[in-house]
Amino acid sequence: MSEDAVRLLPADEGSWDLGSYLRRGGYASARKAVTGMAPADIIAEVRKAGLRGRGGAGFPAGLKWSFVPQGGPGPRYLCVNADEGEPGTFKDRAILVRDPHRLLEGMIVAAFAVGIRTAVIYVRGEYARLAGRLREAIAEAQGRGFLGRGIFGSAFDLEVIVHLGAGAYICGEETALLESIEGRRGLPRLKPPFPAVVGLFGSPTVINNVETLAAVPAIIGRGADWYTAIGQSKDCGVRLFSLSGAVRRPGLYELPTGMPLRTIIEDFGGGPPEGVAIKAVIPGGLSAPLLRADELGVPMDFESMGQACSMVGSAGIVVIGDRTPILEVLEVMARFYAHESCGQCTPCRIGTSWIHKTVTRIAGGHGRSSDIDLILRLTDGMKGRTFCPFGDAAALPMHALVAKFRDELEREVGR
Amino acid sequence: MSYVPSAEARERIDRAVAAYPEESAALLPVLHLIQGESGHISPEAEAWVAARLGIPPIRVREVVTFYTMFRRRPSGQTVIQVCRNLSCTLAGAEGVVAALRRELGLGPGDGDTASDGSVSLVTVECLGNCDRAPCLQVDGIDRGPVTPEAAVAIVREIRGR
Repeated sequence: MSEDAVRLLPADEGSWDLGSYLRRGGYASARKAVTGMAPADIIAEVRKAGLRGRGGAGFPAGLKWSFVPQGGPGPRYLCVNADEGEPGTFKDRAILVRDPHRLLEGMIVAAFAVGIRTAVIYVRGEYARLAGRLREAIAEAQGRGFLGRGIFGSAFDLEVIVHLGAGAYICGEETALLESIEGRRGLPRLKPPFPAVVGLFGSPTVINNVETLAAVPAIIGRGADWYTAIGQSKDCGVRLFSLSGAVRRPGLYELPTGMPLRTIIEDFGGGPPEGVAIKAVIPGGLSAPLLRADELGVPMDFESMGQACSMVGSAGIVVIGDRTPILEVLEVMARFYAHESCGQCTPCRIGTSWIHKTVTRIAGGHGRSSDIDLILRLTDGMKGRTFCPFGDAAALPMHALVAKFRDELEREVGR
Repeated sequence: MSYVPSAEARERIDRAVAAYPEESAALLPVLHLIQGESGHISPEAEAWVAARLGIPPIRVREVVTFYTMFRRRPSGQTVIQVCRNLSCTLAGAEGVVAALRRELGLGPGDGDTASDGSVSLVTVECLGNCDRAPCLQVDGIDRGPVTPEAAVAIVREIRGR
């Protein structure tokens, strides 16, 4: 591991408990925020740190907090998105297993800054075992007066509910997540109104990813200037990069934002195994359009990846080796999006299932010469025509794959 | 046949309902509790939940059928979930699925149970364990990376218990 590595997250799960976290200086930032800072100053510090959402969309966290109307009657809610489902991503799992108190501390700061007294952590159903540890951590924090009533002896209260999902990728979309907490199918809501104004149970709501909130204690503790100095580009701070696929050392790497994709794969992941060359790389979870082997010099920051017509997304990097037929990758994508489309918007429901049918036909050896253009046309029909970002998240990566590897797919159809 | 959860489950259901600002928000946790006790969610259980939370039965049916982890038919004593999303496919997940189906005597039907009732096999999308691909979960416990032989050994161990 190079000296570029920044270690905020413990290397293993041996020190997740409260005692260990306190020895690492834990809860000092929350205490500082709750007992010594004005809410507006906390929000200003997080905005200055340039912290952008780590779930995929990259929305500035401090700005999101500032959208919640201040004053007025009625509750406000904080929803923590731990519905990690973007294929190729396993970072929130690591935070929940190794450092759950860092998440809780970030939640305390966020809730205090926005005037929230109830938080709901939405944990995907497949992480039920991890939710058990999270509940233990919450009980530990309550026992020390860090959660519950009169936190740090102040007048600030915060109650935390752990809510388990039940296997639906779409519930990672923030308004589908709200529907799911309310006990309904995860059908995304039409926006506006945005959740900051009309969210959970119709009340103003902040929704942040696990990794986003876990970054907050260090920002409050060491200051925004410290945080912004870490990044290697316009993006600030560190990120957790999930690395899997055709690499020698798959795993989770905590690195400054803006490091070139190739450096992460070669220097940290050890490059592809012996005798394998890189064919393509998915840089930010399955929904991020893939890059060819000659496009890997792009820095892993929002702007650079956007210019390369892809996205950093959830920073889930999947390396595809040259022995893997690109059709196999397309089959996985087509099946996944057809299965996970909630079915609410016609372009997405019909588009994903039609693409799946077409790709299955090609894979079965019955492809037609018009099939490749049909897939491209169907993705064009989905883009920008759905309630939620799922339509684009399905259309863009499948379009990019077909456009970039058209020759190989033509050969499959012509077989 | 009417359905009533055990006294212990009813007590846990009461606590789950009390945790939420609105009772109907407890629908997912209540369904998890019932499935945890019964192994699946029957139409009778759906009716009981609807009455308990004061919501129309159709809303319970909608939720049970929307979320893939809720099962509407009895499952085996152990449920194995095998991931076959991209990282796992690149690492040979299809071979793991094929070996498990052969060992359990199952066809391609998803969620089917071996004839001795020991194991149900479900293929799922990403389990968020991609650096340990190919991976699977045995009753929610993560295992990986697993070869086809290791997956078969897991099944034999379960059936030998």
